[in-house]
Amino acid sequence: MEFLRPATWDEALAAKAENPSALPISGGTDVMVELNFDRHRPGALLDLNRITELTEWESGTYEGQDGEVIRLGAAVPYARITKELSGPLQGLSIAGNTVGSPQIRNRGSVGGNLGGASPAGDAHPALLAAGKDVFVEAESVRGTRLIAIDDFYVGVKRNSLQPDELIRAVRIPVADGPQQFSKIGTRNAMVIAVCAFGFALHPKNGTVGTGIGSAAPTPRRAPEAEQFLADELAERGLWQSGGLIGPAAVQRFGELVSAAASPIDDVRGSAAYRRHALAVMARRTLTWTWNEYTQSLRSAAA
Amino acid sequence: MRVTFNANGRPVEADDVWEGESLLFMLRERLGLPGSKNACEQGECGSCTVYLDGSPVCSCLVAAGQVQDREVRTVEGLADDENGLDPVQQAFIDAGAVQCGFCTPGLLVQTHDLLEREPQPSDSDIREALSGNLCRCTGYEKIMDAVRLASARKCSSNSSEVSQ
Repeated sequence: MEFLRPATWDEALAAKAENPSALPISGGTDVMVELNFDRHRPGALLDLNRITELTEWESGTYEGQDGEVIRLGAAVPYARITKELSGPLQGLSIAGNTVGSPQIRNRGSVGGNLGGASPAGDAHPALLAAGKDVFVEAESVRGTRLIAIDDFYVGVKRNSLQPDELIRAVRIPVADGPQQFSKIGTRNAMVIAVCAFGFALHPKNGTVGTGIGSAAPTPRRAPEAEQFLADELAERGLWQSGGLIGPAAVQRFGELVSAAASPIDDVRGSAAYRRHALAVMARRTLTWTWNEYTQSLRSAAA
Repeated sequence: MRVTFNANGRPVEADDVWEGESLLFMLRERLGLPGSKNACEQGECGSCTVYLDGSPVCSCLVAAGQVQDREVRTVEGLADDENGLDPVQQAFIDAGAVQCGFCTPGLLVQTHDLLEREPQPSDSDIREALSGNLCRCTGYEKIMDAVRLASARKCSSNSSEVSQ
């Protein structure tokens, strides 16, 4: 096995182009488990720890995305996302705070979740919910490619990266409304999600975002649930009034989220349980975020 | 490959390191630092917790080659020759928070970090900080006692320093 230690991003891209099968390693929280248990023996490891720009984030405006965007370096650890970005990336920071344990959150990052593309990765539901205009910056010696989050996940632990590409950053619009994340596990720490759900209100364009984790071959959104709720909120003027959504619509939203999943029975839970839990989490996260939204309307009016 | 880094304040060098080897293996088997324990090898138990550039991490999940030119502080580096045991270590002894001792090194490093960041943690802060460290003997109550004791001693010694 080779151990490649590029000092700069350009060196990393060159190394990946030369060794397309090299496995990138940053926090190591997934990669090292594979190595420790000898489940995977790559020809080379490509260590990204020396590339400081991967651990930085910046805010700005970008083509194809409305409003302010956080460009989150692929290796910014979850601990820092929760500490530094809990406002602009509310959903992701709540999700990030449920990853593993404090030690894992000091190392694990969104780039790792995306690279591994496990349906159970905690970042995915939050990224999907944050909007269809979330983009993964995939870079290679050939240039930069922006991959829309909806096109990124293509199969179980498979993403749409080319063999010579590395994840440089993720561009995530700053939250324009309340966001939430919920996850089912046997305890609060060190849990691979039985299933998870991310939800975001987008009052600026009158849409809502959803993200389902661990209940389909890939992370996925629930398009019909999103459409149903967006129509409901618009037709009843609820964005303006901040009125109650009501139990019938909340119930229906939960059912549609549950119907969008295609879960399996496995050691962590049954398909039926996952469907049930998704409906519960969908109703709860909707209620939490809507309460937060109506409170913000009221305090703005006061 | 050869890996050169700083362990507990002194430069060290490990030779013939396998490229897929963990920092934990290198510390224990090549550098004579067996304080960090090897239990789960998948980041579940926290027994191998060490500081890497000042942040506590599971050393079983760091590739040895990743620590080249960096600073690692293990449980062996908490005590020093001048002052003896770290207050966290003394509190674990005094509170009886050690039974088989296997989880203790990880708990000590993680508690040390907690009290550096938050000298007076609430019980929920303590539980959250130690949520990635498993102990199968004590039921955690004595460990909670030890962290509270270390916190109280740290705060009283800080305030006595201020009053002097």
